[in-house]
Amino acid sequence: MDFDLSPDEKAFRDQVRAWLKANAPRDGDGDGDMETFIERRRAWQKKLSEAGYVGITWPEEYGGRGGNFMNQLIFNDEMILAQAPEPINVIGLGMGGPVVIAHGTEEQKKRYLPPLLSAEEIWCQGFSEPNAGSDLSGLQTRAEDRGDHYIVNGQKVWTTLAHVAKWCMLLARERKEPNPRDGLTYLLVDMESPGVEVRPLVQITGDAEFNEIFFKDVKVPKSQILGEACKGWAVAMTTLLHERGTLGLALATRAQITAAELAEHARKLGRGADPLVRQKIAQHTIEARALQLNGYRAVTAVKRSGIPGPEGSILKLMWSELNQRMTETAVDIAGPSGQVSDGDGWKYQFLRSRANTIEAGTSEVLRNILAERVLGLPRSR
Amino acid sequence: MDFAFSEEQEMLRRSTRDFLAKECSPKVVRKLMEGSGYDAAMWKKIADLGWTALGIPEEYGGAGTFLDLVVVLEEAGRALLPGPFFATMGLAVPAILEAGTEAQKKEALGAIAQGSARATLAFTEPSGRWDAGSVSLKATRAGGGWKLEGVKLFVPDAGVADYTVVVARTRGDGRPRSEDEDGITLFLVKGRPAGMTVNPLETLDMTRRWGEIRFDDVQLGDDAVMGAPNKAWPHLKRALEQSTAALCAEMVGGVQKVLETSTDYAKTRQQFGKPIGIYQAVSHKLADMLVLSESGRSATYYAAWAVDADAPDRSLASSMAKAYVSDAYRKVAGDGIQVHGGIGFTWEHDMHLYFKRAKSSEVTLGDATYHRELVAQALDL
Ligand SMILES: Cc1cc2nc3c(=O)[nH]c(=O)nc-3n(C[C@H](O)[C@H](O)[C@H](O)COP(=O)(O)OP(=O)(O)OC[C@H]3O[C@@H](n4cnc5c(N)ncnc54)[C@H](O)[C@@H]3O)c2cc1C
Repeated sequence: MDFDLSPDEKAFRDQVRAWLKANAPRDGDGDGDMETFIERRRAWQKKLSEAGYVGITWPEEYGGRGGNFMNQLIFNDEMILAQAPEPINVIGLGMGGPVVIAHGTEEQKKRYLPPLLSAEEIWCQGFSEPNAGSDLSGLQTRAEDRGDHYIVNGQKVWTTLAHVAKWCMLLARERKEPNPRDGLTYLLVDMESPGVEVRPLVQITGDAEFNEIFFKDVKVPKSQILGEACKGWAVAMTTLLHERGTLGLALATRAQITAAELAEHARKLGRGADPLVRQKIAQHTIEARALQLNGYRAVTAVKRSGIPGPEGSILKLMWSELNQRMTETAVDIAGPSGQVSDGDGWKYQFLRSRANTIEAGTSEVLRNILAERVLGLPRSR
Repeated sequence: MDFAFSEEQEMLRRSTRDFLAKECSPKVVRKLMEGSGYDAAMWKKIADLGWTALGIPEEYGGAGTFLDLVVVLEEAGRALLPGPFFATMGLAVPAILEAGTEAQKKEALGAIAQGSARATLAFTEPSGRWDAGSVSLKATRAGGGWKLEGVKLFVPDAGVADYTVVVARTRGDGRPRSEDEDGITLFLVKGRPAGMTVNPLETLDMTRRWGEIRFDDVQLGDDAVMGAPNKAWPHLKRALEQSTAALCAEMVGGVQKVLETSTDYAKTRQQFGKPIGIYQAVSHKLADMLVLSESGRSATYYAAWAVDADAPDRSLASSMAKAYVSDAYRKVAGDGIQVHGGIGFTWEHDMHLYFKRAKSSEVTLGDATYHRELVAQALDL
């Protein structure tokens, strides 16, 4: 057991620290409208990528840094210290890239990864449908084989970033099979194709961050299949492992930032002398730290085994519930004024966090996964 | 960074677990619990295995690191090992190491490492508090040495200790907090000098004996003083941080055992024609227990490393671990009873032994509320 950094790692840390100090933007999430927000985050990612700080663990030949998980961890930790915002392409970086690296052909890697890293092309994840949420295998969007291409028809829903995305990771049904997990094909769909229509959905925050997507006779070349035709379930599972595992690490970082901001918020409000407030914020901070340490242990495990395990679900589950508690505390300690002004973004975060226990697998589904795949309890379905 | 135990340490874990399965079965635990709580023959065996030398430097007859001790303590907690192992290795040894004179270390640590002496730390008084301000047992200059007058309460395994580290006040009684830290002196008391009496207390957790120690004009020589008079607090504080990490290790061993026992039961116990683990009210409880167990373990291992490596955040890390693990053990042990239903409430079932150990460990070295407050102070709230 050793948490000390090697000389190389220290050098990397110092380099990242100096760079973030000079370059990290200091604007809050709640500032401005959705469009400016997205453009700001896009520009921020471009800057990060030019400096080699996105795709840190991705291979160099596709524009990545070719670094290891330690570099990623160090970078995440420095992001905390700098209280820096996330890049825009969260879904592409957290899921799209890793799944292309795992299942893509050489041409696909060359084509998709570099513009994903630079935020030239934003990605979205078209999994959920009106009748397929937690039970993803119930999806009905169809991909019809037409020789050298597919014709896609159907509807996706809750698709984050679809309104600005160039690529959609689409899971569609090619064949009906007795097991609904068979016969699915994983496609990368160009969102600029004719027949793709995106309709924004307004969330409880008042923003339209996610969307419905309608696919009407959309032509998708077969070169855009990821993995094998009709074997899309395995590719989708890789996507979700990364969503909860790799992204889980980023979430652990995020929790540290939120906890630090919360402590600052309490100090500013002068609530730090209240013993109950002290207890609560200390508890949040402790949980955020435990979450981060779980992430470190997961990284050590990945280093030894190669892939993120279902334990990634622990990170996502903990983060989402902790984040709800933290944002609630933030609004609570501000009293009525916490519900009026929103200079510091807590009112927005308080509302936004309600989705955390739904998106990327509901807390109930994650508990099922932990119970069944980690503890080996009988399947409930 | 490497957040895992070494291969040798994992081997130590396996051999420790095998040994305890044989020599410290629940039957043995119950026998000791109903008897004196201490078995000299077992002590000899664990000393022969080298456990009593762990974390003691070679120059004093020790062998093995503090992290090795953490591994053994975790297994001891899992098996509910009764007797003064924790009191000796987790409480007394760190205090002697941090504060003892060369001569004291040679003698006491040597005897402990060899297996010929057991020891404990007498800190708490009727207030039950663990801060410097709570120490009021008086030591005054007398007869060319010191005279001790007062009461220590809730002292783990006081009845079988050959050495007792006594925390006394030699100056500054009743003054504000910062000054209370000045004026603390430690004494290494050998055996039972005249005027020192130990009375066993009837405790909730019968696997860990607590005693009351009365000092009525106990005369000690100058050679009993550990380090410089009045100046012991900073050393003792460091020792307590190490003790805290050690206790947390024992606690997470118990948490893991309750989780495993309850999971096994949920797989086999049938109601309504199905294993109860299929019902989400049960399986989700177990998933939550898993999250608590894993997070407690992460926080504990980190604290153990931070203490051992003398990292700048060693104090914060040990407080975070104790706050988290205190709550986690209590919750998991309580839920463990619930998952078992009626059988879990019987004297015959082992669940209550863990439930009680959770409670006694919770208040030892400061409960979650106490440590959260320390975290709040570290956050500058
Ligand atoms: C902000 C946000 C962004 C999102 N972004 C995307 C995106 O980019 N791409 C995408 O594909 N999807 C996205 N989603 C969709 C998300 O993945 C689904 O909402 C989620 O999987 C749940 O599906 P559902 O909404 O259909 O709810 P349902 O599955 O109908 O669930 C309703 C309730 O029933 C519970 N439930 C369901 N099944 C079980 C079970 N077996 N055991 C116990 N309880 C159960 C659920 O936990 C939930 O509480 C997003 C959602 C949100 C809120």
